[in-house]
Amino acid sequence: MLKCNTVCKRFAPLVRASSTVCRQNVRRAGLNNVRTPTCVPVARMSTEPLGGGGDNLKYALLVGAAFVGSLTYAVVTLKGDHQRSVKRMEDISTRLQKSTLHIQSAPPALSKPKPEAAPSAEQSSPPPEAAAPDAETTGKPSADSTSPSHKLPSHTPYLLIGGGTASFAAARSIRARDPGAKVLIVTDEPDLPYMRPPLSKELWFSDDPSVTETLRFKQWNGKERSIYFQPPSFYINPEDLDSAENGGVAVLTSKKVVHMDVRGNKVKLDDDTEISYDKCLIATGGIPRSLQVLERSGEEVMKRTTLFRKIEDFKSLDKVSRSVNSITIIGGGFLGSELACALGRKSTESGLEVVQMFPEKGNMGKVLPEYLSNWTTEKVKKEGVKIISEALVKSVACKDDKLEIQLKDGRLVRTDHIVAAVGLEPNVDLAKSAGLEVDSDFGGYRVNAELQARSNIWVAGDAACFYDIRLGRRRVEHHDHAVVSGRLAGENMTGASKPYWHQSMFWSDLGPDVGYEAIGIVDSSLPTVGVFAKATAKDTPKAATEKSGTGIRSESETEDTATSPVASATPAPAVEHKDDYGKGVIFYLRDKVVVGIILWNVFNRMPIARKIIKDGEEHADLNEVAKLFNIHED
Amino acid sequence: MSSVREEGKDKIIFVTKEDHEIPSSADLIEEDPDDPYEEKGLILPNGEINWNCPCLGGMASGPCGTEFKDAFSCFHYSKEEVKGSDCLEQFGVMQECLQKYPEIYPQEDDSSSSQTSQDSAPAEPPSPNRAPGNEQDSETTTPNKESSEES
Repeated sequence: MLKCNTVCKRFAPLVRASSTVCRQNVRRAGLNNVRTPTCVPVARMSTEPLGGGGDNLKYALLVGAAFVGSLTYAVVTLKGDHQRSVKRMEDISTRLQKSTLHIQSAPPALSKPKPEAAPSAEQSSPPPEAAAPDAETTGKPSADSTSPSHKLPSHTPYLLIGGGTASFAAARSIRARDPGAKVLIVTDEPDLPYMRPPLSKELWFSDDPSVTETLRFKQWNGKERSIYFQPPSFYINPEDLDSAENGGVAVLTSKKVVHMDVRGNKVKLDDDTEISYDKCLIATGGIPRSLQVLERSGEEVMKRTTLFRKIEDFKSLDKVSRSVNSITIIGGGFLGSELACALGRKSTESGLEVVQMFPEKGNMGKVLPEYLSNWTTEKVKKEGVKIISEALVKSVACKDDKLEIQLKDGRLVRTDHIVAAVGLEPNVDLAKSAGLEVDSDFGGYRVNAELQARSNIWVAGDAACFYDIRLGRRRVEHHDHAVVSGRLAGENMTGASKPYWHQSMFWSDLGPDVGYEAIGIVDSSLPTVGVFAKATAKDTPKAATEKSGTGIRSESETEDTATSPVASATPAPAVEHKDDYGKGVIFYLRDKVVVGIILWNVFNRMPIARKIIKDGEEHADLNEVAKLFNIHED
Repeated sequence: MSSVREEGKDKIIFVTKEDHEIPSSADLIEEDPDDPYEEKGLILPNGEINWNCPCLGGMASGPCGTEFKDAFSCFHYSKEEVKGSDCLEQFGVMQECLQKYPEIYPQEDDSSSSQTSQDSAPAEPPSPNRAPGNEQDSETTTPNKESSEES
């Protein structure tokens, strides 16, 4: 309004001027009627800026027009938005449909091999017609479903958290004892259950260049098999679990259990799905320990470091071993030594430098008595490994694309890649939400002798700190223990109430000369008694191991190393047996009772060893006990 | 003669074959057959079948577990003169199931597998019981080394 006023006032003099001109023109022209009306409004406007009937009308029209305009704009915009939102909803629902279709179409390849599993081309399960005895290898089910799992069972009678050896053994046990049992395995790995030992042993000795894809290896009996326990056709689809008439084992991959509600008997996954259960097994294993020194050293160092445990670690280390000049393994235990030997053997062909460093004096320093650890270290050196013992890492840096490992005693090691094999950190992530006790001495979930943590919850495998009736509370990180404890947990989940009784064993092969089986508590800090056979010509390591078919060796390789300096004659008394521990048995004692036994290059005697530990007797003369093993025979 | 050496807390004994020919004087505790904790064989003390026995090679826990249990139970409790001759139907159903999963239950003998199972049913559990058993249930990779699977 004000604006109008000012505008009009400014124009007013102009208008007045024009109006007088107009009048003058009219007089001159003499045509009053014609010209006058045009001038008149001008004159009027000059004297009265607003007001007057006509002006009001115009104003009303203007405002009206503006109102209508804005209304129209609003309607149009809203309509447009609505259309957009409708379209968006459609988009979302079609995407949802697509992904559920995807889930539906892909899994038929997993369950009974129906012909219409064609759309699941990306699944690697072979067509049912390929009825070769070799098991399916890659075992990747519909792992890439990112949509919310509204088709997954909301309840399962048996829930197994973790998809490793213990879990699989438990699943087997449950299925055997509970007819028609429905078992759901939830694992955060993308793979179906597989066995771990070949990842650091047999797979490295395969001659097949595609071994990282097939993951198949040759067993002691010459037969090939996959590291996967069973091909995908063994399992059923999680979505079909509820309706399966005879039950089955379903594996839900790439899903992590993040929360456990013990009172409500249910768990929550990382995609917010909730699954309730009747009985639950926690078999979450662990993750490889890292060294603080490595963590602190920055990304460039961590990029060149492998923490070895899973299939993907094997694949990446295999790749690395083909492309670098030097690999250093930190850690002198089972995993470190096995990997060192495996890489050491490869190094003869490729010229790869393999270094192994550890704080102990010799390989397996925490397991084997010192004399045997030293002997083993020499053997590992013969496999082509550069051993740096009594090595404590102070710092690691990356310089000019090479890693520099500075040891506390001043030594410097330059290498291209590091493999850390310094132990396992048991995975107890669920302890907090589930209210489960964690053991402070051994780590892991604390369970009783029947492997039970709380009502309806059992723990097995690497993550279980259990009470062993014979040997006391312990936590065991071996494959056979995972099998034994998994089986036992499965039995107890189906009502057995049996304690941990059947002692698990473990084994290791470190090249052609060193192969042993062990049982019980095998800790080098305990007093030991070792009984060894005096060496004869027949007892060359090659002969012993070939006969027993253990381990991994090719003919050509054993030729050289087999001829170790052994005496020839059999019953020759004063035989030089210095440092030659060809075969024997080592007893580990705690308060004069045998709590652990190692069978050194002596095989098929585990039942006797198991019996001795079970008896838990004090034996006056362990040589007498050693006689039971008949170590001189093959 | 054996020689003994001590290195700190560790004792090392070298023995010849003759040294060990004299029978051992070590005492082992006699096994209790009724020990409830011990791993049982195929048949439990109460006469029932131990489905979790490693000797079954996982047949009772696989996809055809139910069919296998039906057939084998029938066989086990069969009182016929030719044991299991009244179980042919169950064995047939099981065989059908096994054939659906050739990856898991490889048929050693492709041509006459159904024939042989029919024939051998009265006498013993059919062949697929043995062959895939060692293969598939060897959760340890070196069965030559004694493991819990084989006890």
